[in-house]
Amino acid sequence: MMKQNAMAFWGAAVLFLGVVFLSTQLVGNEYWFFAGYVILQFIVLSVAWSILGGYAGYVNFGTSAFFGVGVYTAVFLIKTTGAPLAVQIAVAAAIGAILGFAVGLLTLRMQGIFFSIATIALTIVIETTVTNWRDLGGAAGIQIQRPPVTAPFPSYVQMLVFVQALLVVLAVAIARYIQNSWIGRGLQALRDDELAAECTGVPTLRLKMTACVISGALMCAAGAPAAMYLQYADPASAFNLNYSVSVLAMALIGGTAHWIGPVIGAILLGVTQQLLAVTISSEVNVLVLGVMLVLFVVGAPEGIIGLFRKRGRAEGKA
Amino acid sequence: MDGRVKPGHDEAEKGEGSLNLFSMDPLLEAVVTGVLLGCFYAAVSIGLSVSFGLLDVPHVAHPAFLVLASYAVYFLNDSYDIDPLLAGLLITPVLFVFGLAAYRLYYETFERRGSDAAVRGIAFFFGVAFIIEVLIILHFGVDQRSVTASYIGKSWRFGDMRIPLRLMVSFAVAIGLTAVLATYLSRTFMGRAIRAVAQDEEAVRLMGANPVRIKQWAFGIATAVLGVAGALLIIVAPVDPTLDRAYIGRTFCVVVMAGLGSMTGTLIAAIILGVAETIVLTMLGASWAPAISFALLLGVLAVRPQGLLGRR
Repeated sequence: MMKQNAMAFWGAAVLFLGVVFLSTQLVGNEYWFFAGYVILQFIVLSVAWSILGGYAGYVNFGTSAFFGVGVYTAVFLIKTTGAPLAVQIAVAAAIGAILGFAVGLLTLRMQGIFFSIATIALTIVIETTVTNWRDLGGAAGIQIQRPPVTAPFPSYVQMLVFVQALLVVLAVAIARYIQNSWIGRGLQALRDDELAAECTGVPTLRLKMTACVISGALMCAAGAPAAMYLQYADPASAFNLNYSVSVLAMALIGGTAHWIGPVIGAILLGVTQQLLAVTISSEVNVLVLGVMLVLFVVGAPEGIIGLFRKRGRAEGKA
Repeated sequence: MDGRVKPGHDEAEKGEGSLNLFSMDPLLEAVVTGVLLGCFYAAVSIGLSVSFGLLDVPHVAHPAFLVLASYAVYFLNDSYDIDPLLAGLLITPVLFVFGLAAYRLYYETFERRGSDAAVRGIAFFFGVAFIIEVLIILHFGVDQRSVTASYIGKSWRFGDMRIPLRLMVSFAVAIGLTAVLATYLSRTFMGRAIRAVAQDEEAVRLMGANPVRIKQWAFGIATAVLGVAGALLIIVAPVDPTLDRAYIGRTFCVVVMAGLGSMTGTLIAAIILGVAETIVLTMLGASWAPAISFALLLGVLAVRPQGLLGRR
């Protein structure tokens, strides 16, 4: 049973990558790739977020801090060494892991809303530091030149889409592994009652640190290619609070009990936002984000997968 | 997604201060301005000190409500030429009712259902804050707005020092507001009931009182004081729709530093924040301003989560 599941999962992953790769070869219209990139990026971010926020129940509002640090790690590397994209992502992941460790230290003393507020605080402190870092462009931002595109891809954006698709598979595979292993069960135990978990021998500190480090590394890695995608970076947009709230909303809308939840939420909200941004305006976009967040938190606290499960349970009983 | 948390608000402050940098000791001036600014921060935080400090509601939308009140004051001032402070008083009853309704909604959807109410509550209030932000943008646009009154734009001289009159006004009103609220909570029956609920909800229930109605009343008051606070916000500096994001840091910093729910503590904590901000502003420049409140908050949370002045 388990083996069949694993085969189905990896089959789907390979199929997904294959479809993305084929579309980069066959589809000419670049708009689809600009929109698709953003959605894939949000899938990585919200899956990564739910490793800490969903399984462990620590609501991290610092997604934009990790994303922004990823962006600026890439900017720094491009400006100083001209490192290739793969190196940018790897270094961003390493720095994200360190930052995740720092956030993990916060969980030692804070829970609930205090942890959430501390992560917002951390975001603004890092943003202000980057704003005052003259070599990285300061508040005005910085322009970045894309290098020539590598072989099989017709354009750089299409390559970035494929790279982000790889990150999606990586993030989902990690989240799925955690969920099915003792790590996920331990995280759920500490989510339900941290004291009780600690007392029954669950290594809560080690688990929280693991979740923070993995989640942070993935978020930073997802941010790194954004520098090349936009060819421009400025602190106010890279560290925008909208990333934190969007990602949180996606995870909550989809449901955080299973890795598929944040994926569904990110696709749903990401597609809606792309459509709205094209057809109406970015303000209405934020409005829809707020309304959907409120509606789901009030009406469907378990998210979309919660709605399906409830129906499944009801049918099972009948 | 466009840029947010603009430094414009703080640059206006800096322009004021740097006018007389050469005429007197900049540090002393920074401290004086900081104390005045701090009292203003106390006025905008005191509602949160009740709702978050006493009632444990994760009210991240508090600064958004504040900015909304500022826009209501702006509207009354702009269309009917009403004095901003009077306008703030006029909208107070409306805000009170709004607060009652908001708490009822929060209670029915989160507190009554129990588990992880705080976690989903904070997401809920963020959603509400975003909705308010966009509604303001859709109605008033993204430009900065300010009010007109006889005391805005003038300043008083004390020897070499020049203090903007609007800061003096906000200082006096803020002290008054804090005193009124502190007296209300310690002297009146309802005020004592609110503090009793904060201390031990179960005991209040056993005494035959309904804790939910007391908390609802308290949340109404916490929202009602935003009328005057919002007036001060737009008197002290121009307001734009996304200003609430900067004030999340300031208000929560003050309330957490004050030790959750102490009114005099709120005043002291706000003055510490005000002085810290103006000193850093004078020494490092306006671009560091947004980080000060958040850095202080992070420090307090990490070192002394019960607050500098708190007993809990």
